[in-house]
Amino acid sequence: MKEIVVISGKGGTGKTSLTAAFAVLGGQDPVVADCDVDAADMHLLLEPDFAHEESFFSGELAVIDQAKCSDCGLCEDVCRYGAVDLSEGRYMVDEIGCEGCGYCARVCPDHAITNIEQHVGQWYRSAIRTKTTMIHARLKIGADNSGKLVAQVKKVAREVAKSENKNWILVDGPPGVGCPVISSLSGASLAVLVTEPTVAGLHDLRRVQQLVKAFGIKSSCVINKADLNPDVRGNLRRFLAEEKIPVLAEIPYNEQFTSAMTNGKTIVEWDAGLEQQVRGCWEKVSQLADDR
Amino acid sequence: MKVAIASGKGGTGKTTLSTNLAMYMAEAEPVVLADLDVEEPNSGLFVTGELCHQELKYKMVPHWEKESCSLSGNCQAVCNFNAILKIGKRIMVFPELCHGCYACAELCPTASLPMQPKQMGALRHLRTGDLDFIESRLMVREEQAVPLIRQTIDYVEETFSAATVKILDSPPGTSCPVVEATRRADLVILVTEPTPFGLHDLKLAVETVRQLGKDFIVVLNRHGIGDDQVERYCDTQNILLAARIPNSRRIAEACAAGRLLYRDTPGVAAAVDAIAGLIRYRNGRRGS
Repeated sequence: MKEIVVISGKGGTGKTSLTAAFAVLGGQDPVVADCDVDAADMHLLLEPDFAHEESFFSGELAVIDQAKCSDCGLCEDVCRYGAVDLSEGRYMVDEIGCEGCGYCARVCPDHAITNIEQHVGQWYRSAIRTKTTMIHARLKIGADNSGKLVAQVKKVAREVAKSENKNWILVDGPPGVGCPVISSLSGASLAVLVTEPTVAGLHDLRRVQQLVKAFGIKSSCVINKADLNPDVRGNLRRFLAEEKIPVLAEIPYNEQFTSAMTNGKTIVEWDAGLEQQVRGCWEKVSQLADDR
Repeated sequence: MKVAIASGKGGTGKTTLSTNLAMYMAEAEPVVLADLDVEEPNSGLFVTGELCHQELKYKMVPHWEKESCSLSGNCQAVCNFNAILKIGKRIMVFPELCHGCYACAELCPTASLPMQPKQMGALRHLRTGDLDFIESRLMVREEQAVPLIRQTIDYVEETFSAATVKILDSPPGTSCPVVEATRRADLVILVTEPTPFGLHDLKLAVETVRQLGKDFIVVLNRHGIGDDQVERYCDTQNILLAARIPNSRRIAEACAAGRLLYRDTPGVAAAVDAIAGLIRYRNGRRGS
């Protein structure tokens, strides 16, 4: 099974527009997974039916039973996250600050603290309009453990791909280099790095490539908004050449990306020129993921 | 006064607004700009200065001391993050999984797991004119951004007076790094764009800041492209749309080159002036 993971380091380079376009070009072949769980957008273009929904629990949260609490304050003393506050004479746990380490519950002399499983968010298995299955999720606002939810989305996507005899998983990843990105990359056959010739785009690409390389995953790159700055583009091309990262496409700055989205379409369904460029790109992705 | 610049969606212009606003305000008063997007810090590409301080940033993780260890296995039992494993006569620590709660260290019967610092990133403090710029950078492969964000805000709070305007360039999304970056802010500015993705992620960001009980306003970037759904949403929700930055290829090109825009681009100048006025007004009211 091949897993293609689309990431970028920097946000707003066109990851989701491109991944959704790949999904349209791939049709029934891939299982699609949206791993940008805290700002998932791919469902806006692919019309999932949300047919199957499950709650996802991970990690713990301390809860103080006020009836048993004798206000000794030991929980506040041991908490390294400042998540226990004295409020109107009672000790209370700040749900957002609590990391669920369980230390307070272990030392509470009154046995007044229990740990409950934290609801991290929902995940969905949907049929989408490209006649395949999409696994997607919605992280609970401000939740910890987004990396765990990403891992769950990927796990279900793999199970679905296996049971439906599909050879591909197409993953829309989150921005950054932290835990959800690391979780998205685990087990990837090919990373597609979507970048732009801007100082921030190049800076962030360097960091995310460092991460991809550390995991021994093969990279490829799409330069979006390619004509925005020739100097930075030169630096970008040099970096890609040094790292031996193949360039799948250079797509010029094109406001049709926005028009397509506003009309609920992917770029390949909206603009003939973009269709041609992205199709060529998708063919190269398929080849690269195959030969390894 | 701490002002966090955040967004649900990435690439909407958080750093563009943070850097231009901070430089503009610093022409009239001391201002602090802190880049809290520690996974991908970009403010430093637009703002430079003279380095006045730098420090490595550490998180505390347990270190096994074999000689005194009685192999009780208590450490493994108390760790909720699977960061400690007892295998035969060895204790293994997985620092990348450790959340630094100290339970294993402090509950160890023989004190054989003292907490020791492990580098997770670095902080730099630069100064140019009246602007103090703080940037923290997470080491690649380090999973947890939250401890570094927390320590960076601690540094900002310890170094500058409460009344100084502090602009916090925050990470994208709605998960724990954003919460950490915005939870101590007095005002949150949500930057979005007039597209379906922009609107969808703005709604998530609004839910987040409302849950945190934060005062917030919205800035619309790339105004003129896309549709009017964001404006209608703000209108029906009674959310103050404090400024609009026009969509323009010229602005995109300037940002691509790492250039600031507040001096020579009227659309950006008007926006930062409006937001600066609002921040000063609120800061004045806080002080009185």
